[in-house]
Amino acid sequence: MEDTLASTEPSRKDLIHALHDAQERHGHVPAEAIAAIARRLRITETDVYGVLTFYKAFSLEPKGRHVVTICSGTACHVRGAARIIEEFERALDVPAGRTTPDREFTLETVNCVGACALGPIVIIDGDYHGQAKAAEIPKLVEDCRCRSRGQAPCGGGKPEDAPVDAGPGPSPRRQPGGG
Amino acid sequence: MDLKDLEKLRQEIVAARDGKRPCITVCGGTGCHAYGCLKVAQAFRDEVRRQGLQDKVDVRQTGCHGFCERGPIVVLQPRGVFYQKIRLADVPEVVSKTVGGGEVIDRLLYADPATGEKIAREEDVPFYKKQHRLLLGSNGFIDPTSIDDYIALGGYRALAKALSGMSPDDVIAEATASGLRGRGGAGFPTGKKWAICRRSPGETKYVICNADEGDPGAYMDRSLLEGNPHSVIEGMIIGAYAIGARQGFVYVRNEYPLAVENVTAAVKDCRQRGLLGKSILGSGFDFDLSIFRGAGAFVSGEETSLMASIEGRRASPRQKPPFPALAGLWGKPTNINNVETWANVTWILRNGAKAYAAIGTQDSKGTKIFALVGKINNTGLVEVPMGMKLREIIFDIGGGIKGGKPFKAVQTGGPSGGCIPAGMLDLPIDYASLAQAGSMMGSGGMIVMDEDTCMVDVARYFLHFTQEESCGKCVPCRVGTRQMAGILARITRGQGEEGDLEKLETLAKTVKAGSLCGLGQTAPNPVLTTIRHFRHEYDAHIREKRCPALACKELLTFGIDQKKCIGCLLCLKACPVKAVSGTLKKPHDIDQAVCIKCGACFEVCPAKVRAVTKTSGAPAPEKVPQ
Ligand SMILES: Cc1cc2nc3c(=O)[nH]c(=O)nc-3n(C[C@H](O)[C@H](O)[C@H](O)COP(=O)(O)O)c2cc1C
Ligand code: FES
Repeated sequence: MEDTLASTEPSRKDLIHALHDAQERHGHVPAEAIAAIARRLRITETDVYGVLTFYKAFSLEPKGRHVVTICSGTACHVRGAARIIEEFERALDVPAGRTTPDREFTLETVNCVGACALGPIVIIDGDYHGQAKAAEIPKLVEDCRCRSRGQAPCGGGKPEDAPVDAGPGPSPRRQPGGG
Repeated sequence: MDLKDLEKLRQEIVAARDGKRPCITVCGGTGCHAYGCLKVAQAFRDEVRRQGLQDKVDVRQTGCHGFCERGPIVVLQPRGVFYQKIRLADVPEVVSKTVGGGEVIDRLLYADPATGEKIAREEDVPFYKKQHRLLLGSNGFIDPTSIDDYIALGGYRALAKALSGMSPDDVIAEATASGLRGRGGAGFPTGKKWAICRRSPGETKYVICNADEGDPGAYMDRSLLEGNPHSVIEGMIIGAYAIGARQGFVYVRNEYPLAVENVTAAVKDCRQRGLLGKSILGSGFDFDLSIFRGAGAFVSGEETSLMASIEGRRASPRQKPPFPALAGLWGKPTNINNVETWANVTWILRNGAKAYAAIGTQDSKGTKIFALVGKINNTGLVEVPMGMKLREIIFDIGGGIKGGKPFKAVQTGGPSGGCIPAGMLDLPIDYASLAQAGSMMGSGGMIVMDEDTCMVDVARYFLHFTQEESCGKCVPCRVGTRQMAGILARITRGQGEEGDLEKLETLAKTVKAGSLCGLGQTAPNPVLTTIRHFRHEYDAHIREKRCPALACKELLTFGIDQKKCIGCLLCLKACPVKAVSGTLKKPHDIDQAVCIKCGACFEVCPAKVRAVTKTSGAPAPEKVPQ
């Protein structure tokens, strides 16, 4: 009964949904989840793995405590996003797409978050920082480190020209990720 | 609920509402979210309560108003007073003055940049004046989570009309007569596509809404789905009725959580009201919708990949034919249309094919939404009749180029499209004209570029993108885009060679002709159009190792003009690799062997001094012996 959604029998059609669930619950898809999903949907683990690794939304590695997402959409690109990415790579000492060895930061890029008017855009733990400037990046990173230590932001990294306090992202549920 | 009930319900909703009652609408589009509109909306609610006005004033968070440049946007209804760039501090004053006393606050109005004149009403703002907002128009009035808001504005009347008085063939005829073409990129006639699917043999058929919106500079589908989800759903139910499908899917890009949220809520409300499920509006027609979240792969926007993805597989495309209309999801006849296409269907059935066909050009009917972004003054979503001249969009609506710089090019069609140079500003924007210019309509991204944008870098950017997103199934795309991206990267690094352009052109031909799906078939377009219109920029990179736009990092030289430098140490402190040497009040110097060309020194050098130089193709200024 592959074509009816009323069918409650779990099957391959539920795979991506199941992977989203696991990714959300754990911040990544752990090996146990892969095994459990394969069993429930009656497909092989290799199958699950093959689908999982195709899509950017799923990762096998846990994410860092802070997630820095830089928009590398076209509008942000022509406004200098490449320079911002580079500066973060230098400040965090990891290439984009990776997590720092101390698991403090994950640095990722995303394509267009619909805020092109504010480009280049950086989203840190769900907070938008518009018209990002390379010079303020060390401060933004320091702010995160302070928050990890349970202190108030101490880097002073709030962009001065933010129109209002940059609010949370489109949904508090999840941050834009992948690309 | 049946047809009469729907009309009764609408009248009840309207009657229960006081049309004259002031309503503060706060834009809740993604652009405004980034500006913090959630906090602004909350502040309005709190302030209204604080001033004891909760029985006199409504606060509504609406969909995207489109003028993202000026967010957060607040419009006071029913008078339509348009406030822009609202800060939290402005909230109490807006509530007390405008709502209480009816006074307009001059400072918060939009000022026409040309005349300085303040404009009080939304429709008089130049950005909106030349637009024709068939689809985006209601965004500003509707709370996307309220089905009542949608019904109050005549929502689901088109569906009622289709289900009560029209046969499926009538509906298809209406879609065909409207001249509507798909907004997902290729522009296939929608009515024709439906007719093929309807005629396809088989009991089980599906309809799909493609909301994967992968173009990395476009967000109109997101805005529609987030801001007015019912307009898309209504179109889908109408299409499903025409085709004979009982199950539909909305495939939403993973990065659009708010769209998922709003469309999921909308589907739930529809089921509750009998607009989805068994015997919709008492017609005997059954149809239901599921929401499917994508998982971050550009190629999943391609229709056959998208279907593979829904089936729980890797999003790899397959050979066509058979086309999805014959064999799509699980091998069944499937009709897939883009978000904007579906929203257009609703408009057409509500207002008639004739009214729709009266808008646009001979072969491109209706309106198109563009994401006008990049180096433009008025960033935002603009909806214009097909056939409008590029010049009108960029200068009249977009307000021209940021900082008054000269316009260089506009990129349309995303990774499948191309760059249109300044010389073609009078090009009418429709399917055929764009194709003739070597670009395409695509999803409607319109990225404006000025003299600081390097066209070789833009080509490199897109090829890098397609190469990363290539699913790897077919060789021309997998290997070809990689080779092309490699050559382009080399050229931007100053390692280009004579013959590279010819190599690119040969590769482009192979990739275009040999690729399995649209991703590869169109991937060379950004390269081909930039070579065609900006060959001199390629030549400068290859022959002179010079980037005329001063954008390609490896071809830049940063130096310090010894005569201008006041020795303020700013650049010395900013340099991440300690390439700058010098002492206070003595001219500094940059060690070219150490410099990584990040540009930090150039950015911090005070505007009054401007001693740090950025050049390409010329040596750094000489160090004067001290
Ligand atoms: C690589 C690739 C990506 C695509 N991405 C999208 C997309 O994000 N959204 C979309 O509506 N169509 C996309 N398309 C086009 C779809 O394959 C399909 O033609 C479209 O959804 C049909 O809808 P329409 O007739 O309403 O335009 C893409 C095509 C290709 C080749
Ligand atoms: S391109 Fe960065 S937000 Fe649109």
